[in-house]
Amino acid sequence: MRCAALCFVATVVLAFGQPVRAANVKVIIGSKAFTESVILGEIVQQTLERSGIEAEHSRQLGGSRVLFDALRGGQIDVYPEYRGTLYQELLKPGAAPAQQLEALGLAAALDFGFENTYVLGTNATTAKRLQLERIGDLRAHPEMRFGFSNEFVDRADGWIGLRRAYGLPQKDVRGLEHQLAYRALIGGNLDLTDLYSTDPEIVRYGLKVLEDDRHFFPNYEALLLARTDLSPGAMESLARIKGRIDTQTMARMNARVTLDGISETEVAREFVDTLLDAPAPRQEESDRAPFLQYTIEHLILTGVSLAAAVLVGLPIGIIASRRPRFARIALAATGVVQTIPSLALLVFMIPFLGIGFAPAVVALFLYSLLPIVRNTATGLLDIPLALRESAIALGLTDAARLRLVELPLATRSVLAGIKTAAVINIGTATLGALIGAGGYGQPILTGIRLNDVGLILEGAIPAALLALLVQWLFDAAERWMLPAQRDASTARSGSKSPT
Amino acid sequence: MLEFDHVSKRFGSILALDSVTLRCEAKRTTALLGPSGCGKSTLLRCAVGLLWPDAGSVRIDSQRLSESRAIEVRKHIGYVIQEGGLFPHIDVFSNVALMARYLRWDRARITSRFEQLRELVKLPESVATRYPNELSGGQRQRVSLMRALMLDPQLLLLDEPLGALDPMIRRNLQKDLAELFKELGKTVVIVTHDIAEAGTLADALVLLQAGRIVQQGTLAELIDRPASNFVKDFVETQRGAREVLAERRA
Repeated sequence: MRCAALCFVATVVLAFGQPVRAANVKVIIGSKAFTESVILGEIVQQTLERSGIEAEHSRQLGGSRVLFDALRGGQIDVYPEYRGTLYQELLKPGAAPAQQLEALGLAAALDFGFENTYVLGTNATTAKRLQLERIGDLRAHPEMRFGFSNEFVDRADGWIGLRRAYGLPQKDVRGLEHQLAYRALIGGNLDLTDLYSTDPEIVRYGLKVLEDDRHFFPNYEALLLARTDLSPGAMESLARIKGRIDTQTMARMNARVTLDGISETEVAREFVDTLLDAPAPRQEESDRAPFLQYTIEHLILTGVSLAAAVLVGLPIGIIASRRPRFARIALAATGVVQTIPSLALLVFMIPFLGIGFAPAVVALFLYSLLPIVRNTATGLLDIPLALRESAIALGLTDAARLRLVELPLATRSVLAGIKTAAVINIGTATLGALIGAGGYGQPILTGIRLNDVGLILEGAIPAALLALLVQWLFDAAERWMLPAQRDASTARSGSKSPT
Repeated sequence: MLEFDHVSKRFGSILALDSVTLRCEAKRTTALLGPSGCGKSTLLRCAVGLLWPDAGSVRIDSQRLSESRAIEVRKHIGYVIQEGGLFPHIDVFSNVALMARYLRWDRARITSRFEQLRELVKLPESVATRYPNELSGGQRQRVSLMRALMLDPQLLLLDEPLGALDPMIRRNLQKDLAELFKELGKTVVIVTHDIAEAGTLADALVLLQAGRIVQQGTLAELIDRPASNFVKDFVETQRGAREVLAERRA
């Protein structure tokens, strides 16, 4: 009976397993989690498809490092990048970039034709009040509140270098999501943020862009980074978009998506149609994957990782309950994992597991271990001494005692641990979308990017409901396995001391 | 027959047993007596391998109790503790039948043994499907005794089995136990701090103080010829010892 929960999760593992990407010559395109990158990815995909080359777009993955590592590892074949980011962040300083790329089996396949550099922007009112024209003017206003995209805060070519180059004194500097920064800027909760020069919001909200008077920001031409083993056919096909997207065209396409609510796929189609002068047959909009697919992906992510965590965590918890030194090590190790930020853990795993399902499952598995190990160990250790000794005195072996007496008595605690792990898991799994693992995080991520609350809720509400449902299922399982009458302990004699 | 041969046991700075040598005769009831902390429970726990002596040895039927043999030997020992030690997650029948099921006795044999023991400890039929927390303290001890006797062990060890019961129930259970021990004819060792209880239940009394045996003998010997002032005080400060002696003589 008590094995039922275990059997269930085991079945989930067997039934779903790991989806394996078919081994063919399909070109896999990656894009970053912001609109421009997704549009470029779509343009690349459609250009290839018009040449009869099969292509797949793995959209809005975590960030530059995630994509670059995925490209090196061969999980993707191309992705749009910016020259400044490539030189300053991804490659080592000094050595010639082209040679470094070549050594990694990569190459800058083509320039798109526009530059999307970082600029600093403030709202018009603030700019007027403080008489801001150039970045250097910021030195006179140490009280200003800065909010930068998380990536910008941590980058050498972002805030760290900017502060040094201009000697900026501001202390109130925080990291937040790009789209949220706009809202905060307009709402007056922020005084300055980093923007991209092709952002449509600059015009829309009449933002003041400050002049980079010391020429700190490097050249941010958009380029397509590719693996050198990309087929010549694909290279030839892509040559058709080389240099064809200028800054205005890009800003206009960004505005079409962000402000007019048109899908990236559609905007890319318009562009490719015009460019190649050959309208493609309109296809069914496949931009928003169906709800059912998100649900299945989410269930598999959480189910597989939780099942693995139970299979590994239970034995660790059991050993920990018997060996105090091992317990200290196991709890410390699983505890440390818990403190690693989710995105960081996902990024750590890319070199080993690539992007997609596998690293997400491993990360969720690691996060699930602590509650399961800790509750199993505590549940077993909390069994009154009198009961443990009674079981020994009966003549049961260690294994039989565990099976017949101790694990059943620890069931409540063990179940609570698994329940905690499951609920945390369902929430954390939404981050899996950052590395292309799908699930409810997908609409959330797109929603944040497009500033579309409805889309955010499309992912957030089912995730919350799923967490509630799982909690309810575990509570029901607990009531079924441990009816109230069997629970009230008759074992108060646990504190009996030897006399 | 249970023998302790120069058994010593230390807990930190406390010497709980100080070279105790004792023979508990086969088919007789021996009571280990003494105030709290005298080492009587520690001695009993050494007999079932819940504790291992720092020095000396325990022998059961002339075989030395060792860690490698303990699991096998325990199947021939019944052990009852103060609050029964019944497992709260299973009902009375499952508690009593746990070892028999583990050893794969067939169902009919388990049921008939259960019924036999239930009558022996005078519990109603309805008790089988109850859970431990639905029983009174006295019933719990009777069930615990059933569990201890299930495999028909030759040696029965009881650690303050009546310690947590109120006086009326305790008196009844004492009488029942005395009859039962006589009927079973097993080697019984019972730990108690109550000299009247020891006198009622046991043939031989062993009085311990600070990890050493200070006197052993019958109730009459302890009362009439105390070996020391401690024995005299221990007997005199407890009511009921002389009444039990009078009853026995009558």
